[in-house]
Parts: sequence; structure tokens; C-alpha cells
Amino acid sequence: MSKNIKNPLPQDAEKLIDLYRRMVAIRRFEETVFEVYRRGWMPGLAHLSDGQEATPVGVCAALNQDDTITSTHRGHGHIIAKGGRLMPMMAEVMGKVTGYCRGKGGEMHIADVSLGILGANGIVGGGLGIATGAAFSFKREGKGRVSVAFFGDGAINQGLWYETANIAVLWNLPLIYVCENNQYTQFTNWRKLVSGEGLVARAKAMGMEAWDVDGNDVLAVYEAAHQAVQRARAGEGPTTLVCHTIRYGGHHVGEPGSAYRTKEEMNQWREKDCIVSYERFLLQSGVITPDHLETLRDDVEHEIEIALSEAKEAPVPDISEVSEHVYA
Amino acid sequence: MSMRELTFAQAIREALDEEMARDERIFVLGEDVGKWGGVFRCTEGLFEKYGAERVIDTPLSEEGFVGLSVGAAMTGMHPVPEIMFGDFITLVMDQLVNQAAKMRYMTGGQLEVALTLRATMGGGRSSGAQHSQSWHAWFAHVPGLKVVVPSTPYDAKGLLKTALRDPNPVIFFEDKVMYTKVKGPVPEEEYTIPFGIADVKRTGKDITLIALSRMVHTTLAAAEKLADQGIEAEVIDPRTLTPLDEQTLIDSVKKTGGAVIIDEGYQRFGVTAELASVVAYHAFDYLDAPIERLGAMDVPIPFSPVLEFATIPDETKIITAVHRVLEGRNGG
Repeated sequence: MSKNIKNPLPQDAEKLIDLYRRMVAIRRFEETVFEVYRRGWMPGLAHLSDGQEATPVGVCAALNQDDTITSTHRGHGHIIAKGGRLMPMMAEVMGKVTGYCRGKGGEMHIADVSLGILGANGIVGGGLGIATGAAFSFKREGKGRVSVAFFGDGAINQGLWYETANIAVLWNLPLIYVCENNQYTQFTNWRKLVSGEGLVARAKAMGMEAWDVDGNDVLAVYEAAHQAVQRARAGEGPTTLVCHTIRYGGHHVGEPGSAYRTKEEMNQWREKDCIVSYERFLLQSGVITPDHLETLRDDVEHEIEIALSEAKEAPVPDISEVSEHVYA
Repeated sequence: MSMRELTFAQAIREALDEEMARDERIFVLGEDVGKWGGVFRCTEGLFEKYGAERVIDTPLSEEGFVGLSVGAAMTGMHPVPEIMFGDFITLVMDQLVNQAAKMRYMTGGQLEVALTLRATMGGGRSSGAQHSQSWHAWFAHVPGLKVVVPSTPYDAKGLLKTALRDPNPVIFFEDKVMYTKVKGPVPEEEYTIPFGIADVKRTGKDITLIALSRMVHTTLAAAEKLADQGIEAEVIDPRTLTPLDEQTLIDSVKKTGGAVIIDEGYQRFGVTAELASVVAYHAFDYLDAPIERLGAMDVPIPFSPVLEFATIPDETKIITAVHRVLEGRNGG
């Protein structure tokens, strides 16, 4: 499945451990949001990404803070991976004024522009144009910044991908298209919806570099992303990465995801859990001790607790804010 | 002020030129806007002056290049995408309605989307049902967008320069019949026209005629014929739909006691309906007769001229509507 990787693994133990920490933070954030939903502490629904953590963490580890990403309706992982803070994220999920978007965006639209997070899109594939435009600006700017578009397998069939991918290749834009193929376009397996061999074949047909990647292997994702980022910074144009992974939950918190997926299929994916397998790698390679792992997990737990309690205590927006921020 | 006559297209081109010279964040993109100079010649000479980096020929991918424009705007540029025929704006609805219009609000004010999308409008050229429509009302329905619909070279230049300095997404509609057929005085000196200020194109005491874009010229011609009949019509051009200068419309109707509203967009649920409701609500006690509305007939725009012109408001229809209002007044 993976391309032939020429880059060395990150040698820096601190970086290897940081990948783990971010994946655990996403897992625990998503589990906590589910609990927040279950207890009726948030309005609306949430789209959770537990199971998919390796892809956003591997990709964002290859980026600088001033590189940008666009995110999707299943976007909490992208935000955390790019450095998003848990408290304003949780507050946004709960519709509080201390949320990243002052309660106006909600769980589907979290953004922190100061971290290069250009918003999360509720329209499938809707961020593809924005990411392409960011890449256009960065090429003009000439400082080597790159733009990443995260999108799901559903967006493979959106026309906007073809329009922007064509432009990105023609204009040699510093852009990385990251398709998180979590196997199910809402409730339907992607193979029933995508003709031919998939997005890699389609991207190649348009003259773009494109690689399939094991989306549950954070190092494989990191290496592929790193290579794509190097290409983009060197002016070699866009790359498509298709990261194959799974979401553990349903399309949203209101359905368990069991009606269209078998137990056998889910068990097979759970055996390849991205956090468990990476934990094994870290221990076996001596990068980390079991005690250190335990401490890391406790630290994340503590952060989640603080984020949750502060978000719960935070005020809702004043009604007077409803007509603010329509126009600049 | 020293004036010279420019066509509508020349006024647009001059605004783009001056603002591109002033602000290097501005770039133009669209189908054959570069080397060719635009199908309607609005970008003529800009490619030679500013180069392929800032005057960009795109593939025929409206959603793609407008989506790119939204992202470029979110990262500090000021893109000016051109939609050659306004009918093709259907292809970019998601990018304008769900992306450009909402990014600032959804992020709690973190982002600005400074983008000026130019699109054409207007029939009367036997271009058929997919190259003749006027869709400005759709965008006035969307919070977060500004909508400009100028009628003269002077207004077009001043308003486009304002759009190119505005930090919001602006949809700028240009009637393609006016590009070459409408000429008017434009100052040599620098000027801009603020959004949200209607222009009284003709003063009168007997009836208020509110019109937009090319319909302003049709309405002014009708007003001259009405003057021959002893009826002095006031002709008002709102110039921008969002923001809308309600007060100028209301004040005029309070003075005249009657109104006809003329627009080339469809009549049903259209601009004329919204403007009529504004006037009716705020000047109800001053109205001597029901407000008359003239929009395009609610049919797809036909090809054959005899059919096409039947669908568009013209001088005769305006004069007839004015007489209906005045008769209603006398009868009431």
C-alpha cells in the first residue's frame, strides 16, 4: 500500500513522543465530546474522528505553524494536530462565548487562524478551493509556506476536487491534498461510490504526484507528508496523499455506525489501532518507558479535565453578538 | 473637475487599472481575461501592464477559480474573479454562499474575505436563456455579501474602486449591453463612491421611479416622455442592494405619493418586491395607490427578439405602470 519512503524516521525522541501525545489528546477529546453529547451538555450533534488520529497528527507534524490547513466536518483531530487548544475547542463544542468562534461556529466549524487553521468546512470538499487559494497566496509570497487540504473519501466525487487539482498542477502550487479515506461516505462503503481504482489513480491521470498511505501508521503518514511538503516548498508542485483509515464511531454521535459495518470488519481495524500500535513501537524501540507513557496519558487526562470544566463554567454568548461579525 | 466621456467598459477597466497600481494584493482572474483582454474588453491592456501573475487566464472551472479566490482572500490577497456571463454564477453558488459569505461569521470574526467578484447581467442580445439572466437578487438574500449594481460609467468606476478597498466579499453586476452602448462623463481625478447611497438621477414631484442598472436609462427615457405629458417623475438608482439606502427611497415616496419599481431581474420574489415592501412599510400613509412592480417576465429568456423584448421592462411598460398609479390615485 505505501509508497517507497526514502526519508529517515524522525530521530528526535521528543518529536516521536509528541506524535503520541497528540494522538492521545485527540482520542480523549473525541471520547469526552461523546460524553458531553450523551449528557446533554452540548447542542446539536458532533462528528468524531477517533480511530483516524494518525493521519492528522502525521501530516501536521510535517508542517510549520505558518503553513495552513483546511479541515472538514470531522475536524477536531486536524485542529488538535495543528496545535489547537483544548479549552476553546471544548467551549466551541458547547456553544460558549469563550469558544474559538465565540459560539458562532460550533463543533463543525472550529478555526484558529493564528495557528494556520483556516476553518473547518461543513460542505464535503468545500475547503478544497480555500486551500488552493492559500497555496496560490503562498506561491506569490515566495517564502516557502505550504497549504494542506484535509478531506474525506466523500469528496473524491465532488467536482471541486477536479477543478482545483487541475489548477494546482497547471500553476504548480505548494499544496498537499490529504484524503482521509475512512472507508465510509456517511453510511456507504467508498468502493460502491468511486469508479476505477480510487483517488491516487485519478490524481496521477491529472499529472499529480499521488501516494496511497497507511493512514493508521503515524510514521508512514509523517514520512509521506514530509516528502510532499518538501516537494511543495521546493516548487515541485502539489501532491495527493490518500490515507486509509477508519472511524470507530458513527457518522455522528447520533448513530453507532453498526448498521452498515460488520463486527469482523471493525475488529480487524481495532487490531490495527493507530495509538496501540504506535505505543508498541515506542516501547520496543526504547524511545519511551511504560512509566513515561503513563505520565503522558495522565497529563492529557488532566488537560481534558481542565478544558471540560472551564468550558462548562464559561458563559454563553450575549444575544447582542448575534449580528456582529457578519461584515468586516 | 475635468471630465471626459468613457464607455461603461472603459470605466470598469480604469477602476481596475488604478486600484491594481495602488494595491499589489489585487489580482484579476477568469476566462480569457488575460492576453485576450476579456470577452467584453474590461481587462484590456492589464495583462501587458501587470503581467501574467496578476491578470490570470483560468481554465473553464468557475467553482475552482472562485474557490481559489476565497482562499486567496483569506490569506491576505484581494482577488477579482470575473464570471463572463452572469448565468454561470450558478456554478459558484457554494463558494459564494457557503464559503465567502460565512467565513468571517463562522470563525467569530477571525477572518476577512476581501473579494470582488464581477459578473455580467442583462438580456436584449438574443443570447438565449443561459446567457441573458440577471441574478443580483439572489446575492442580496445572503447575509455576508455586498451587492453592487451600477448604471453609469461614473458610478461603475467609483463603486468598483470602493469594492476593491472593501474587506468583504462584494458581488459587482455589470449589464453587458451597457459596456459599449452607455457612455458618460467620468472625472480625470481620483474619486470613490461609498456603498449604501442611492443617487437621484432625475428630480420630480409627481411619482417616484426606482430602477437599477440598464433599467435606469430606460426609466430616464420614459421619464422624459412623461414630462411631455406634464408628469414629473423622480428617478432613483439605489446603486447598491447591500447595503441599501432605504431612506432616500422612502423620502422620495413621501414627497410624490406613488412609486413604480423597475428591475431586469425576475419579478417574482425579486428586487422589486423587496424595495416595494421597504417603501410600503415606511411610507404607507403617504401612498395614494398601490406600488407597481416591473421585473423580467417569469419565463426563461427566449431567443427570438420579438419574444425576448416582451419579457424585459421597457419605456412603454413603465409609462403604462405610471399611469396606473396616477389613475389609482385619482380614483382613490
